[in-house]
This record gives sequence, C-alpha cells and structure tokens, in this order.
Amino acid sequence: MEVAFYLSGLVAVLATLGVITNTNPVHALLYLIVSLIAVAIVFFALGAPFAGALEIIVYAGAIMVLFVFVVMMLNLGESVVAQEKAWLTPKAWLGPSVLAAVLLLTLIATLWLGDIDKVIEGDTLTAKEVGTTLFGPWLLIIELAAMLLLAALVTASHVGRLSAPEKPAMNKETGARKEHS
Amino acid sequence: MSGVPMEHGLVLAAILFALGLAGLMFRRNMVFILMSLEIMLNSAGLAFIVGGTAWGQPEGQAMFLLVITLAAAEASVGLALLLQLNHRFKTLDTDAASRMRG
Repeated sequence: MEVAFYLSGLVAVLATLGVITNTNPVHALLYLIVSLIAVAIVFFALGAPFAGALEIIVYAGAIMVLFVFVVMMLNLGESVVAQEKAWLTPKAWLGPSVLAAVLLLTLIATLWLGDIDKVIEGDTLTAKEVGTTLFGPWLLIIELAAMLLLAALVTASHVGRLSAPEKPAMNKETGARKEHS
Repeated sequence: MSGVPMEHGLVLAAILFALGLAGLMFRRNMVFILMSLEIMLNSAGLAFIVGGTAWGQPEGQAMFLLVITLAAAEASVGLALLLQLNHRFKTLDTDAASRMRG
C-alpha cells in the first residue's frame, strides 16, 4: 500500500509537470489523463475505492473526453505549438513559478511544524458507507449538486451556441421559400 | 512501516495544487488554463480524501463527489467559453478578449 501510494504520487507529480510545461495541447491532455489515473491509484492505496472509481469514470472518462472533443473541434495545428514555444520564455514562467514555490514551501512548513500525528492505515471505506452518508444526513448536498449541474447545463448550452449560418428567408404561413426574382 | 503519515498525503495535494497554480499563472492559451484549473480542483479533492481516510470517516469521499460535480460544471462552462473565444477571435489567447465594448 505504501509503495503504491509513493510511486503513483511520484507519477502524478511528474505527469502534472508534463501538463504545464508541454507546448502541444494534445500531448498535455494525455499527460493530464495519466496524472488523473495516478491520483485514482493514490485513492485506491489510501482505502477510498469509491472515490478512485469515480475519479477514473467521471474525470478521466467523461471530463477528459470532453476536453479531447473540444481540442479536436478546434483543429489546432503546428502554428499553436510554435506560438506556445514563443510564449513559454523564462521571463514568462520564472516569476509565477517562484511565487508558487514560495506558497508550496509555506504549506509544507506549516504541515511539518503542525504535528498532526495521524497515520492512514488504509482500511477500506466502502461505497455503502459513502452512500449511507450521502443519502442520509447529506441529502441537501445531493440536491445542491443536481442544481449545480442543471445550471451548468443551461449555461453551457447558452454560451456555447454559435450563431447559425444565414438561412434563406421563409414565408411565415406556408413555410415555403420566397422566390427571388 | 505500516500506513502512510497524513502529512505525506497532504504534501502531495499541496505539490499538485502549486503546480496547477503555476500553470494557471504562466500559460496564456485557454486550453492550458482550463487544464490547470482541473489539476487544482483535483488536488483539493485529494486533500478531502486524505482527511477522510485519516479519520476513517466517509464524509471525505462524499465531499469528493461534490468536488467532482463542481469540476464537471466548471469544465463544461469553460469549454463553451473556449469555443466562443475561438469562434469570435480566431485565437485561443485569453488576452485577445481583454477589451470591453459598451
């Protein structure tokens, strides 16, 4: 269990590095899928198999396929790779990286000095317990998630609508096209 | 050695969050920005799972379900915006849409 946790954690970090430094969107997307699957293995190793299965099905299966479809629709070519290479200069990434590193150091120092003293034994928490929690005291959260998904559906279908191509004018009553003379 | 100390799980979540934050700040292509947001949300979910399993309670996984729902909603709206950006400006550069028209 420990070996699985540390190995897949290392894979997740390396794949995430690959995502943020890659210049090709499709390659970055594939690295992101590897990273998500590695995090799913971390969940399995920690004893949360329901979350791990959800991570693979919903994240790597559904959300990433959505990304892949959109990248395919955009039809990105070599020019995008060249543009990304031109943008990714040391001047551009050095400042944000230093800021993120300082934030990370602060977080790690806080965790180190915090004296948490908890060890994850890896006892499995099954889907049954999660379901009992979700549909018992947490029922309102489920309703909230449903509302959130409905709002996202409406927003995405409204925002994502591209203007339709110009149609020839129709006659209102008969539905027949007007004759141009 | 039996078991993973809770700090190590939280450190992994912190590393992933910092990587996502750095990517969010230094990329200009909107596809990469959305991917960095996914990384950050995923690391927040990982922190919930670590907390939940450390105490042996199922609430961590229940909260992860909400995080994953939020990520799906965010991805769908973000990708719709991405399609609009590409349709109107013929580019994925987020700086192209920095000007308001009133």
